[in-house]
Amino acid sequence: MRFLFEEQQRSVRDSVRTLLERECSAAAVRAEFDGAARPAQRWRRLAEMGALGLLIPERWGGLGLSEVDAALLLEEAGRFALPDPLVDTAVIAGPLLGELAPASVQDRWIADIAGGGARVAVGLRAFGPHVVDADTADLLLLQDDAGAVHAVLPGDVRLVAHPWLDAGRHCFSVEWAPRDSTALAGAAESARAVAAAVDRGAFAVSAQLLGLGDRMIEMAGQHARSREQFGRPIGSFQAVKHLLSNALLQLEFARPLVYRAAWSVAHGVPERARDVSAAKVRASEAANAAGRAALQIHGAIGYTWAHDLHIWMKRAAVLANGYGGVAWHRQRVAACVLGPARR
Amino acid sequence: MDLSFTAEQEAFRDEARAWLEAHVPAEPLPSMDTAEGFAQHRRWEATLDEGRWSAVWWPEQYGGRGVDLMHWLIFEEEYWRSGAPLRVNQNGIFLLGPTLLGAGTDEQKARFLPRLAAGRDIWCQGWSEPNAGSDLAAIQSRARLSDDGSEWIVSGQKTWCSRAVWADWIFGIFRTDPAAERHRGLTYIMLPLDSPGVTVRPIAKFDGEPGFAEVFFDDVHVSVDNTLGEVGRGWQVAMATAGFERGVLLRSPARYVEAVRRLGVLYESSASCDATVRDAVAGAWMDADAYRLHTYMTVSRLLDGEPLGPEVSLNKIFWSEMDVRIHETALRLLGDQAMLDGRWLHGWMASLAGPIFAGTNEIQRNIVADRVLQLPRGA
Repeated sequence: MRFLFEEQQRSVRDSVRTLLERECSAAAVRAEFDGAARPAQRWRRLAEMGALGLLIPERWGGLGLSEVDAALLLEEAGRFALPDPLVDTAVIAGPLLGELAPASVQDRWIADIAGGGARVAVGLRAFGPHVVDADTADLLLLQDDAGAVHAVLPGDVRLVAHPWLDAGRHCFSVEWAPRDSTALAGAAESARAVAAAVDRGAFAVSAQLLGLGDRMIEMAGQHARSREQFGRPIGSFQAVKHLLSNALLQLEFARPLVYRAAWSVAHGVPERARDVSAAKVRASEAANAAGRAALQIHGAIGYTWAHDLHIWMKRAAVLANGYGGVAWHRQRVAACVLGPARR
Repeated sequence: MDLSFTAEQEAFRDEARAWLEAHVPAEPLPSMDTAEGFAQHRRWEATLDEGRWSAVWWPEQYGGRGVDLMHWLIFEEEYWRSGAPLRVNQNGIFLLGPTLLGAGTDEQKARFLPRLAAGRDIWCQGWSEPNAGSDLAAIQSRARLSDDGSEWIVSGQKTWCSRAVWADWIFGIFRTDPAAERHRGLTYIMLPLDSPGVTVRPIAKFDGEPGFAEVFFDDVHVSVDNTLGEVGRGWQVAMATAGFERGVLLRSPARYVEAVRRLGVLYESSASCDATVRDAVAGAWMDADAYRLHTYMTVSRLLDGEPLGPEVSLNKIFWSEMDVRIHETALRLLGDQAMLDGRWLHGWMASLAGPIFAGTNEIQRNIVADRVLQLPRGA
């Protein structure tokens, strides 16, 4: 039993942090929230450092590493509110194609994903009816009503945009017609790989939520140290101290659940679904609580469009709601631990 | 990262499990906060010591097995799983023990630790005073040196001393230099409760049992050999203990894993169709699992050579509030039966003390805010 990240895993975190400080500043994230196009350079840089091929086998140009190796990187993606489709493309689509697709499809797409040449949008039924960033995707992986996964080109779908909370990413319904030629495999053969993809995605988003929460607590701490009222920093008031301590408490006890989920996914343990869902529930609750505490501590300035906080809060809310919402994951934990629900 | 146990750890687990299966009393012992229960729990401590399970992480020469804290966590998992009794000497083993190991002289370790491990000396703590609770540094109980410098002469009053009515020794901090600033001039002293001048008066707790006591010191003479750590540095010595307490030792995760297992059994046997109760049971499972994993992380860090910092204050807040939630959920499941005398009701009453003792959760939140979040100190 050794529950900590090794030196090499921590150094991956440090390099991605350095990269995102440069390529994903709060100003850049804000600009995209206000409608600016996503810069192509950031995605290229992520590919160059190996972030997009982390979970992709070496024969397709990936690093062939595991979810444990990816956990801290994903946390950083959350900390910087990275808008790009890192989870859908690199965590869900890459490995899913690797497990399920015929060789021709694999050869066409997987190396491209690892190299930063392809963005993929994902529509898995467990994650609800919407597909995020379908407008900028080079490929869509969509599940049909029977459960089979299809690789569909953007030219073969019609997108209906839904205005939503997170203006840094875009939400769509996808109208498309499943065809035998687009199916990666039959519904029955897909089930196992889809279940793994669902757990991989939900774990990855949980890790992002940790980073989002951590950053919001940091913002609140900075504000509480510098903002003065009644002649003293507001952080010296016990009401403020306890508000922020509670947020940290929730986050720090969500953290081990997320890191354990990384292990459970990487090793395919029998309790994988339970472990991922516990992580998603607690990371979602913790990130949203951190946002609420940060908003309260900032006061009116935090409630403005001009302040960065709302971007982080909205990203957290959308990620908590998506990839299986809190209620869905909580029920899954309960079913694993307590058996079927009673009526 | 490796979340599996080594073959050696599994063998240790098997050995602990086999011993516990052979030795744990078939019937639960009476409450250790009663005279009869206390005596039976003391005998259990001796039995544990005969098997060398009393304090496995202590060095062998003092009654331990010289294993690391990961092994202690494994032992605790088996201990709670087996339904073994509560540890009547928990203050001695989990609070004083680490302090003695860290700050005690070789003579003190040899004199106190083996007897402590065997339950021959049961210890109570003497931190709080009538006017020094959360503001612990306000303590006024004094110890002054005798003219020849060989003895402390202790006077004053301690309170909320758990099981002091039957305990043999008390450890605590006493003011030895009244002129010094309040966190200085304190000294950590250990003394026998049968010393002339000591009066112990029981206090009935919330549940009516005399689990607390107040202890009066009326010019009690104590050898200076019973000073733990440097004179005048008692606060620092005590806080090292408190760090351990909040960090890992006071509430091993296995206690809550077992409570949640029992909660699951209660849910199974109930007919509850209340979805909010089901969520609360699942939530309790997530709480206990998070605490278990968090502790593995903490111990992994310790074994990797990292020191424990102020973040350990989060542990105490978490387990104490989790404990209340677990028991409240059990009472909800028990419905009409909840208020009848029973194990869950007593557990609930016990859980209510958690957010108060060992530094109230408000104090812990202040520590987290000041020292982890680096917020400015209050006025």
